Amino acid sequence: MTSSQAKHRTIAALLSVFFVLGTVAAASAQVQPLPPTDLTATDHRWDDGTRIDLTWSLSADDATVESYIIRRRTTTEDRFTVVDLVPAGTSRYTVGGLNPSQSYLFQITAGAGTAASQPVESTTPITPTMEWFDGTRGWFLLTLLIFCGSVVAYIALARRGVTLTVRKIAGLEAVDEAVGRATEMGRSCLFVPGVQDMNELQTIAGLNVLARVAKTAAEYDARIEVPTSKSLVMTAARETVEASYLGAGRPDTYNADNIYYVTDEQFGYVAYLQGMMVRDKPAACFYMGSFFAESLILAETGNSIGAIQIAGTAQPAQLPFFVAACDYTLIGEEFFAASAYLSGQPDQLGSLKGQDIGKLIVGAGIVTGVMGITIAEITGWPWLASMVRFFTDTMLT
Amino acid sequence: MKRLVPMLITAAGGFLLIVAYFIPYWQSWGEKATIWFDVLASIAFILGGGNLLKVHLKHVSDRSRGWGYSLVVLVSFLVTLAVGLGKVGVPPSPQFPAFAWSGPYGQPGGAFWFLYEYAFKPLTSTIFAMLAFYIASAAFRAFRAKNLHAFLLLGTAFIILLGRTFAGVLLTSWIDPSIWSGFQYFTGLRIEVLTVYIMSVFTTAGNRAIMIGIALGIVATSLRVLLGLDRSYLGKE
Amino acid sequence: MNVVEFLTHQWWLLVVVVLSVWPLFAQFRSLGTEKVLRTLDRRWIFLLMFWAVLLPIYYIGVTGDTFPEVPSVLSEATFDEIERLNEGDPVLLSFDFDPASGGELIPMATAFTRHVAEKKLKMYFMALWPVGPQMIDESIERVIRSDFPELVYGQDYVNLGFKSGNEGVIKVIVTNFRELYTTDSYGTAVEKIPMMEGIDNIQRMRLIINVSAGYAGTKEWVQYAVTPYPALRLVAGVTGVQAPLFYPYIPRQLHGMLGAIKGAAEYEKLVIDKYGGANPDPKYLEALRRMGPQLVAHLLIIGLIVVANVLYFAEKRRGATR
Repeated sequence: MTSSQAKHRTIAALLSVFFVLGTVAAASAQVQPLPPTDLTATDHRWDDGTRIDLTWSLSADDATVESYIIRRRTTTEDRFTVVDLVPAGTSRYTVGGLNPSQSYLFQITAGAGTAASQPVESTTPITPTMEWFDGTRGWFLLTLLIFCGSVVAYIALARRGVTLTVRKIAGLEAVDEAVGRATEMGRSCLFVPGVQDMNELQTIAGLNVLARVAKTAAEYDARIEVPTSKSLVMTAARETVEASYLGAGRPDTYNADNIYYVTDEQFGYVAYLQGMMVRDKPAACFYMGSFFAESLILAETGNSIGAIQIAGTAQPAQLPFFVAACDYTLIGEEFFAASAYLSGQPDQLGSLKGQDIGKLIVGAGIVTGVMGITIAEITGWPWLASMVRFFTDTMLT
Repeated sequence: MKRLVPMLITAAGGFLLIVAYFIPYWQSWGEKATIWFDVLASIAFILGGGNLLKVHLKHVSDRSRGWGYSLVVLVSFLVTLAVGLGKVGVPPSPQFPAFAWSGPYGQPGGAFWFLYEYAFKPLTSTIFAMLAFYIASAAFRAFRAKNLHAFLLLGTAFIILLGRTFAGVLLTSWIDPSIWSGFQYFTGLRIEVLTVYIMSVFTTAGNRAIMIGIALGIVATSLRVLLGLDRSYLGKE
Repeated sequence: MNVVEFLTHQWWLLVVVVLSVWPLFAQFRSLGTEKVLRTLDRRWIFLLMFWAVLLPIYYIGVTGDTFPEVPSVLSEATFDEIERLNEGDPVLLSFDFDPASGGELIPMATAFTRHVAEKKLKMYFMALWPVGPQMIDESIERVIRSDFPELVYGQDYVNLGFKSGNEGVIKVIVTNFRELYTTDSYGTAVEKIPMMEGIDNIQRMRLIINVSAGYAGTKEWVQYAVTPYPALRLVAGVTGVQAPLFYPYIPRQLHGMLGAIKGAAEYEKLVIDKYGGANPDPKYLEALRRMGPQLVAHLLIIGLIVVANVLYFAEKRRGATR
């Protein structure tokens, strides 16, 4: 073979290699899909002005498209940012997290692997509008009306004279016994209304119980001491105890200095209480309110001084400590029921029955939902699965 | 009258904020009300501080039992207040070096920071640490298998206590499919797996039940307060 | 150094322990086991607990040994949430705790800070508790300034400090950061902080890392940030007492959780295995070291419960046979 022949063969071989490589590359590079069309942006009805609904017609290549990429920008920005990717076959999407004082433009592209279609943009900027009712909270409003309605209905029934039975709550039945014990022993009663402020309902519930305990203490002529962790709680507790002493006909024995402020700091407060309990040895200790880590410290110290202890809190994490260390514990809703229970007034007791109806409704909902999703899984009925999903993802959200 | 006005304010404010939750234009009112409460609570610090001084000064002057502790409280309160408000020893902020009080009061090196680092932190950690001792004494005193429920509770407690430590992992480490392939069906009985299962299934279920009851209790109590049925917290007429 | 060598070198400690409990054993001999246990002064239990915690701490301090840890599913999920992020992704770290819970939570805060720094993520620190900024400063000092000196304040990390209002703060910053945060913790206007550019609300954050000791904390982040804005991702480190309350939120609202010192130890192990090196700095081993006292203390509590129940059943049987 001459040198020129060899050179030609080399060039031909190289060209063949390039041709093959080019063919392979062309075959593996994905074809740019056709874009979706008719992108429309409309304000989402009945919302808080943070949502826009997008609709579009699917790309003609929807069968090969993997996802549609949704982007948005405000009229003051110059670049679109990705909002989300939705699967092929989807032709609507609700963009959330928007600002009602800004106008937005949207863009959508169809993606297939590394290839993306030409972007389609909305032409007119749109501003999400705030409406007078937040439709996303509609189901919550219905649920609220049902639960509140049951409470109000039973209050109305009770006012009409319908007798309602409420089971005995041991901790509340023991209040008189505890205060009486303190009187016999000549020692004081300690009432701790929790460590949170007046904006916490547990503190208010605690003060409602304090009213009853203070009235009993006034009747028995026992001294009641109420160290508080918050200044506002101190002022409210003073009003409460003074009213109780007045109601018991013993305004002369009321001493405002027995209700005082200690400190806002949680562990400083409990350190004070511990020292005071060990020195003064109250015979009855009431812990009614919101507590955190200090619950066991209080309860064990009370145990070490031989006091009778009645606790009530709606902090689930602290309930086990109180149950283990106190003589009586009001668990969660029993604590909230305490004020109504101790008053004995029919309309307040009616609200407790309303609570029970609420629990029945919740129980029925749980059983229905669990059975529904279980049957849907077993039978594969799509209508049942979508009903349950609607119940959990829409009605209960 | 003394009770009526607060009741009306409570009812009006409460129902208005409930309605505001559903009206987008008014949804921020709840946050504003929270901020108003914070302002109120901040002003109430003055009441609380005044009461603290009054109570403890009385203890000291009467030489009542434990008056030495009251003296410590008074000195600590006044010293901390002085060094905090006066920013004693706090270097100025690098952004405003010409202004002596521009640094934050908690700046390391300042007197307030010193009190926080070497008094407050050890004291709060100490009180919190006492829980370990109290849980031991509570366990010895109160955890008796008096009935089936208590027995189940204790058994669960042992599993959780062991599962949170290396001893538990070691105890059931022999349940290993690499030792015998049949164990692959029993790996759920390893203590660390049982611990997570108990916490995420049984404990969660119990917590949810209590939390549902609490939520309903909050609804009922709130309605009683807003409707003025329960007025004990308001004080006298 | 193994246990026998340790006891040989530290024989004086054994002597002190034995002497301290000798009066109790003397009571057992003179009065009888049952009588002593029935009237046991709680201070003996406190003393046993004291030794149960101190001896393992001392052993681990002297020998440097720690117990092996097997990470749980939740710790791995927490680790993976941070691992999946890319360099430069913004992350919000909310340190909502005080020194009292520092025993459980400072190791978590340290490990989180280290992990995020190793991944070169942009760190935005904030706090819902008044003493939270001090916890943040300590983490920054302990981890970033000491081991990552190349990170620049204002470009790689910023301390936005404490704002009062508890869940009110979350409700505001989830849509408008600057309505509340006009300066950082040191008084610098946020407009002058380069990494605050473009951060108009926390929905810009790729991940929220919350270390929580109570109220306001993880529950509020779940209720007021993640539930209304499901695109937000949240992982949390919480105290042991709170951990059961958050299982219902896993995995939809809470994508990972470290519960108590055990969770912290598992997470530390994951971080050290990936980034630790042969001899990790002891500050990254705090939780692992604390597992020793936890083990002995738990065994002591189990022992006390067993002894108390044996005593109870013995008394019950004696009462039944009378």
